[in-house]
Amino acid sequence: MIQAAEGGSGILFPIWQEIVVGAIAFGLLCFVLMKFVFPRMEKTFEARVDAIEGGIERAERAQEEANQTLEEYRRKLAGAQEEAAAIRDEARADAIAAKEEILVSAREEANRIIAAGHAQVEASRQQLVRELRSDVGNLAVDLAGKIIGQRLAGDASTEQTVDQFLAQLTDDTAEASGAR
Amino acid sequence: MTDSAMVLAAEESHFPPGIGSFDFRDWFTGLSETALANVFTTITFAVWLTVAVLIVFFLWAYRKPRIVPTKRQWLAESAYGFIRNTVAIDLLGKQTGVRFAPYLATLFFFILIMNFWAIVPGVQISPNAHIAFPATLGVISWLIYNYVGIKKHGFVGYMKMTCVPPGAPWFIYPLLIPIEFLQNIILRPVTLALRLFANMFAGHLILLVFILGGFELLNSENIFIQGLSVFSFAMGIAMTLFELIVILLQAYVFTLLTGMYIQGSLADEH
Repeated sequence: MIQAAEGGSGILFPIWQEIVVGAIAFGLLCFVLMKFVFPRMEKTFEARVDAIEGGIERAERAQEEANQTLEEYRRKLAGAQEEAAAIRDEARADAIAAKEEILVSAREEANRIIAAGHAQVEASRQQLVRELRSDVGNLAVDLAGKIIGQRLAGDASTEQTVDQFLAQLTDDTAEASGAR
Repeated sequence: MTDSAMVLAAEESHFPPGIGSFDFRDWFTGLSETALANVFTTITFAVWLTVAVLIVFFLWAYRKPRIVPTKRQWLAESAYGFIRNTVAIDLLGKQTGVRFAPYLATLFFFILIMNFWAIVPGVQISPNAHIAFPATLGVISWLIYNYVGIKKHGFVGYMKMTCVPPGAPWFIYPLLIPIEFLQNIILRPVTLALRLFANMFAGHLILLVFILGGFELLNSENIFIQGLSVFSFAMGIAMTLFELIVILLQAYVFTLLTGMYIQGSLADEH
């Protein structure tokens, strides 16, 4: 070969066929990689960046929505609690009112019953007094009749008559209470 | 027998390795006297295989891109993203960086896999150990950074920006302008190409020294010297690991410098 003939400096003289081969080979490589591979990689990188940024944006939106929902929920919860408290207070007030009412009516009832009892007792007493009044009259007349009849016979028998009358009266009363 | 075949024969029998160790026989000996000499060799095969591997990998890994990447998609994206973020966007800013990232990434992977041949068993030479390939890449980088510079600032503006350093007193211009011109316009592609070439060249040479040296020791008459070959082979392995670092580093450096040159061309005028 040429450079072999020229000796040591030959290594610094390029073989022209190799330059051609190198240029063609490298040109081919550049063509394929720079046209079909690396631009697509750049596109993928961009798509990836878009995807990530889009994802972040979506996440932020979702976060905001979640916060809003949470806020709303809290508001509702607070409202519900207030409402519950109001209902409870109302119920308590109602219960107290009902209790008062019941007590009042019970007291009235009791008073009424007591009054009715009193009235009845009074009526019974009146009746008894009326009956006794007539009975006492009769008895007194009876007794007077009997005493007068005995006086004629002697004093001793007067006492006896009174005793007899009282015993009879007691028997009647016992009979009446036993029959009752 | 062709010249290169003779050189190859020489390589097999001679220690230490020399310039001849970098020549490869044509696969089709009939082509050696034609213009197609050096077109079908292990070197060019490695180049084509590099291109094929990269194209197949990236097309396969990125057949159906998804927002949530599959494992292989993630792998391809990370590979691209490494150059895109640490070189292109860091140097050129978000907008311009994304514009140049595909080229810089392609450049990086091409050099990386090309370099990687330096430690692939059975090949163990990088095509970049032939100046033709680094030179081609250097020239492409040169074309790119000059083109974007001229496009942005105009030819005169670009030349003024590159060759006239700000803040220097006028009387030093005659000295400064040629130096700056030489440095920024002429030498940049040369240093790019030479740095990569020399690293891969030296890597191949070092591996040859230790591995061929190991065989040389093994072929010795003396049993003790034969025993020493173990160390030589061990060094060969260690140097292979060392090469791995060089491979990564040189691919990165080439890409980074290209990015920096583009950055310099796109910088605002002082």
